[in-house]
Amino acid sequence: MAKLNKKNRVIIASVLVAISFILKEIQGYAPVTIVFMLATTLVAGIPIFKNAFEALKYKIVGIDALVTIAVTGALFIGEYWEAAAVTFLFMLGDYLESRTIEKTRSSIKALLDLAPDTARVIRDGEEVLVDPEDVLEGEVVLVKPGEKISVDGMVVEGNAYINQAAITGESLPVNRAQDESVFSGTIVESGYLKVRADRVGDDTTFARILEMVEEAQDKKAKTQKFLEKFSRYYTPGIIVLATLLYLVTRDLVLSLTLLVIACPGALVISTPVSIVAGIGNGAKHGVLVKGGEIMEKLGKIKVLAFDKTGTLTLGKPMVTEVLPFGIEKNELLRIAAIAESYSEHPLGRAIINHAKDNIGKIEGNLEDAQIITGQGIKATIEGEEYFVGNRRLLVDNGYILDKYESILQDEEDKGQTAILIGLNMNVLGIIAIADIVREDAKNLIKNIKSLGIDKVVMLTGDNERAAKAISKELGIDEWYSELLPEDKVKAVISLQEKYGATAMVGDGVNDAPALASAELGIAIGGAGKDVAMETADVVLMSEEIKRLSHAIGLSRATVRNMKQNIYFAIGVAALLLIGVLVKTVNLSFGMLVHELSVLLVIINAVRLLGYGDKGLSRKKVMN
Amino acid sequence: MKKTYQLDTLTCPSCTMKLEGMLKKTEGVLEYEVFFNTSKIKLEYDENIVDSETIKNKIAKLGFEVLKEK
Repeated sequence: MAKLNKKNRVIIASVLVAISFILKEIQGYAPVTIVFMLATTLVAGIPIFKNAFEALKYKIVGIDALVTIAVTGALFIGEYWEAAAVTFLFMLGDYLESRTIEKTRSSIKALLDLAPDTARVIRDGEEVLVDPEDVLEGEVVLVKPGEKISVDGMVVEGNAYINQAAITGESLPVNRAQDESVFSGTIVESGYLKVRADRVGDDTTFARILEMVEEAQDKKAKTQKFLEKFSRYYTPGIIVLATLLYLVTRDLVLSLTLLVIACPGALVISTPVSIVAGIGNGAKHGVLVKGGEIMEKLGKIKVLAFDKTGTLTLGKPMVTEVLPFGIEKNELLRIAAIAESYSEHPLGRAIINHAKDNIGKIEGNLEDAQIITGQGIKATIEGEEYFVGNRRLLVDNGYILDKYESILQDEEDKGQTAILIGLNMNVLGIIAIADIVREDAKNLIKNIKSLGIDKVVMLTGDNERAAKAISKELGIDEWYSELLPEDKVKAVISLQEKYGATAMVGDGVNDAPALASAELGIAIGGAGKDVAMETADVVLMSEEIKRLSHAIGLSRATVRNMKQNIYFAIGVAALLLIGVLVKTVNLSFGMLVHELSVLLVIINAVRLLGYGDKGLSRKKVMN
Repeated sequence: MKKTYQLDTLTCPSCTMKLEGMLKKTEGVLEYEVFFNTSKIKLEYDENIVDSETIKNKIAKLGFEVLKEK
């Protein structure tokens, strides 16, 4: 027989089954009717029978086998119509299911389409179009507006707005200029860039995300593993049961019907389709959930423990207030910036950056400087000796700070670090510096609590006052301060014992041990941070911490979807069983209901793909 | 020799069981993994014992088409 593709086979069988049905209604079981019915059974059934036998060779009794036995039995007792209808429905169901299942996997396909297909490399001074895989590390790639960046690398020339949705899920374009890094798979919307290739082909962040998402979709959920094991014994079990039923009742039709309705199709597919759709949705929104089991765990998390620096805060200190006393504000900044130009301290960098932002180029030279560890700097500028540092530095050098005590106390209570500038026993000013809380952190804490997280905890190496100030500001329930990395591990373990399933959220840099010891490790800003991306269970690609609420909401929705599917599948099977036993369900009707239930389960999972879209668009309107 | 086959959509988890059963019994196949959701087979085989064509034929016999191989 000529090889038919699936689609043609479905069409031919549909025509044959329609003719059979009409003939049956007009003439009843005339020879010509039976011929058409047998033809239908053959066209629709041959692949099923073949699959069943091939599988038997490897000692696997699948759904194909159940259908084959049922159809053979039906033909044997002269139920030609039943045989034709059952094979046709099974084939049609399978075809429709494969089309719908494709949908649940479509977000991955969408990601694949984002892969760059050509690269414009500059070789010997000329532009050459090559396959992105063939770009060599260190070569310079030119990217024009509308084109995809084909490598991970550093901008060496140009300035552009880039859409990084493929990596971070963020649809607002970001600006990138010289010495900033860009990712493969992102699109230059305006401007142009020359990028030095640091990583190409399979080594790029984009390629690795794709691979991880693919692998994640096939890491089975616990429920799924259980269901698979179950069906391995279930299907042969049904054959035994049907045989017993026949031996007891001598009712062949009843036994055959049992075979058909007992197909565990909807049940075994219930979990994987939900998980795939859930993981696909996450990937689209910049949330990488590494597998079904992780998705289930995330859906059951009760406590979220946050690292502070770099997670709830931006991780880089910034000047929040400048208080000059009898001196120009800009002059105070200038002096402080010149003094700090000698130090490598992050607080010093914050002052220099702030000064540059406010007064532009900093004029003046540092004539002499001495760092006093843990206190600050003694700096000679334009012949004068300034002290720039903390309270201790000034007190140790004979300054009296009584007048400023209340200001200092106040700043410290707010979690700020105060830098004093002193000259000739006079305090010239105070500069307050703090690690700024992420804009979206406060909303996030509120959102995750409304999603059913019991406790939000903060773990930090910072001092108690700063920890308290930030916790109060964000609405955090508990905080633990002055922790070393190993203390964070202990804190996570004790939280798990006290409150149950705990997820640790961090930037994956200095909190890697805590991420690993928690029930679930969630890393933020994963794109570009290899270690964080490899070790964490859930990775938020961008720095936007608000996506965490999408991740948690999505996981809960996925678990719910999975449960709906399982209960529905079991419910339908139970109803069918009752129907068969009281003889209101016959072979073909049983098959119809079974196939419909499989389709419904898949369609239910497809709904998950749209999770969060509505909420997002509503927010956009509000802004 | 390592290969990845992209199959047409796998619709039932029992399909993966069939493929796994077949690969387990195929001589020369050293390691294999069947991915249901991505409809992929990743495998490693000894090219002195078995070749890609033979494996693909066996896959086809079970009713699956190999769309791409890498």
